[in-house]
Amino acid sequence: MSNKKTPLNTWTRRDVLKASAASTAIAGAPMFFTRNAYGADYLNNPGDASSVTLGFNVPQSGAYADEGADELRAYQLAVEHLNGEGDGGMMNTMQPSALKGNGILGKKVEYVTGDTQTKSDAARASAKRMIEKDGAVMITGGSSSGVAVAVQGLCQEAGVIFMAGLTHSNDTTGKDRKANGFRHFFNGYMSGAALGPVLEKAYGKERRAYHLTADYNWGWTQEASIVASTENIGWTTDQTVKTPVGAGDFSQYITPILNSDADTLVLNHYGKDMINSLTQAVQFGLRDKSVNGKDFQIIVPLYSRLMAQGAGDNVKGIFGSTNWHWSLQDEGSKAFVKSFGAKYGNPPSQAAHTCYVQALLYADAVERAGTFEPCQVVAALEGHKFDGMGNGPTEYRAEDHQCFKDVLVVKGKENPSSQFDLLEIVEVTPRAQVEYPHDHEMFSGGALGSCNNGAA
Amino acid sequence: MDAILLQILNGLDKGAAYALIALGLTLVFGTLGVVNFAHGALFMLGAFCAVTFNLVLSSSTKVRDESVTLFEAYKEVPILETKFPNIGPVILDYSIPLSIIVAIPFMLMIGLLMERGLIRHFYKRPHADQILVTFGLAIVVQEIIKHYYGANPIPQAAPMAFAGSANLSAMLGIGEGIVYPWWRLIYLAFSLLIIAGVFAFLHLTTFGMVVRAGMQDREMVGMLGINIQRRFSIVFGLAAVVAGLAGVMYTPILPPDYHIGMDFLVLSFVVVVVGGMGSLGGAVLAGFLLGILQSFASMTEVKSILPGIDQIIIYLVAVVVLLVLPRGLMGRKGVMED
Repeated sequence: MSNKKTPLNTWTRRDVLKASAASTAIAGAPMFFTRNAYGADYLNNPGDASSVTLGFNVPQSGAYADEGADELRAYQLAVEHLNGEGDGGMMNTMQPSALKGNGILGKKVEYVTGDTQTKSDAARASAKRMIEKDGAVMITGGSSSGVAVAVQGLCQEAGVIFMAGLTHSNDTTGKDRKANGFRHFFNGYMSGAALGPVLEKAYGKERRAYHLTADYNWGWTQEASIVASTENIGWTTDQTVKTPVGAGDFSQYITPILNSDADTLVLNHYGKDMINSLTQAVQFGLRDKSVNGKDFQIIVPLYSRLMAQGAGDNVKGIFGSTNWHWSLQDEGSKAFVKSFGAKYGNPPSQAAHTCYVQALLYADAVERAGTFEPCQVVAALEGHKFDGMGNGPTEYRAEDHQCFKDVLVVKGKENPSSQFDLLEIVEVTPRAQVEYPHDHEMFSGGALGSCNNGAA
Repeated sequence: MDAILLQILNGLDKGAAYALIALGLTLVFGTLGVVNFAHGALFMLGAFCAVTFNLVLSSSTKVRDESVTLFEAYKEVPILETKFPNIGPVILDYSIPLSIIVAIPFMLMIGLLMERGLIRHFYKRPHADQILVTFGLAIVVQEIIKHYYGANPIPQAAPMAFAGSANLSAMLGIGEGIVYPWWRLIYLAFSLLIIAGVFAFLHLTTFGMVVRAGMQDREMVGMLGINIQRRFSIVFGLAAVVAGLAGVMYTPILPPDYHIGMDFLVLSFVVVVVGGMGSLGGAVLAGFLLGILQSFASMTEVKSILPGIDQIIIYLVAVVVLLVLPRGLMGRKGVMED
């Protein structure tokens, strides 16, 4: 009997284990790492198809479902306009514009939707599904910075463009910036820079601020931004207290403020947390309080009209900032409000505005690039200057993919004339005042890296 | 000193909500042996009773904002105020406490429907089935509410007379600057009243005596010719009313949304377990205890020593209590034990 080993019996147990581990790794790898290994020039290239698919990833359930529904309405309106239906909205005011109203590059725009649930893992799963199964060439939307950072990372790995929805954290275009990701919405730093001078004018240079901050990525960066801007005008910071997201009852965090020396409360909360913490702060009589001879004040740095509705009368007289408001009277805003109002019967929210604009900007960049190839779209968006989209002259800065434009400082309206008339614009802060170097310390630690088009 | 007194008050008021929900959970578990994950939904339904009652009372004539032509922008003037200028505004102002009148029969009906229509079919099924069906029911109820009322919280105002804060230092002569919202004090008093009412009902009435006997030995009570099942069904209705009333009165404290019940449910289960499964007194005691501990754990002084303690304190206490007293603070032998 020969002792010569056949090829099969040269396998040792260790070899088998290694092979099975390797095959498991290959089988478990995301499809987008392998599906284009056979020559496609970029991921989800629509080729000769008559249509192209965009992926709208918005919260359709959970606490931000109402805001997500408004984002989806805006995207649907954008798709209509891009396909040459409806009155065209901002396509008529966008300057410059390569859009023709015949889809994108002559391909009819179709879309698929995903539910982020405002959870990073769910948002990544829905974005992944839209990329892998539905062939989405671009992902956009969302109502949370945690989600934006997570989905942006996924799109970078996969090789598609990500046009962020509502995300206000400095990190989205700071330490977590990515070459494939673009943000039209403003950020925490800009809120602070815009609010600082207004607060100084309204409340003076000597104030002691107490911060309640949502304990996650967005809250931290907003707190840092507002602390920096208020200390810059001479205020001191009494305490910065982190609160769990979705705490519901914030009373245990508010009672210590009653016994502090603070005369100003900054609520670095958004959404339901903002509604609850503001309502409870008012209930505890903070706005009736006087400290060191000064009336106690509350500030909500990031406002949303949808949230203001939830907080009711409590928002009256309270300062904050917002990316856009439906009452703006420039031609772009008027055209968008008209289209949106005629279709849906209510004015668009700031989330709807930023999503609509992002969809149009992407389409315009593809038209200018003459291709859906992500890296050429990135090149078309970088440094792109445009106007007529509701925020005055705007630029997508090449270094960090952040839009720079005017910022609105608003105040809860004392005597609203209707159910939508909740915020009044106090000041339109010019772009120059909210601009910062791309390597500013609050945005450092990240790099765009190289663009990825998903080709293997 | 003021800070400590404020945190105790805060803990009591927070604990009152936990105790009310946990009381209902314990009642249902003690009688029917069902771990009802839909109990939070009952709290939420109670809150939305108040919202709906307020919406009905606030039925308005809409005054168009003529400056806006693209969509229907209007200001609302409640009909009640225009038709009855004297009493109308007062009724509107007191819509939250008045909604209790509607909430009691509504929640009783919901409770009985839930128990007779669905949960009774699962008494003899494994615990996992009971959890699945009640959890599923909670999700269905939540989604129905979200469909009709949206996902955003809906603010509800306390009556004007109780909208501000009470200066307890001036009233009681303690501390220097202890002010506390009137409505939260009322909620605490209301909760104590409801808890006392439930205990009185169970201890001072024949019905309650039979229920307690049934909780001790269901078979023996049945052999005495008493239809204990019917009484337990009513107890389920009673638990629904307690949860509902807790929800009604909580609306000015926390603007309700479709998820408010689920937010409380998890903590309330911890309260039930810490108190001792099936122990009504334990549920109330644990509710207040955990409320106070949570409140103290949120103090800056405590958090500076133990960062993040405010977010884990309840679960930490639960672990410690269950290690030292495996049946909970007032748990009885044989309950939830094979």
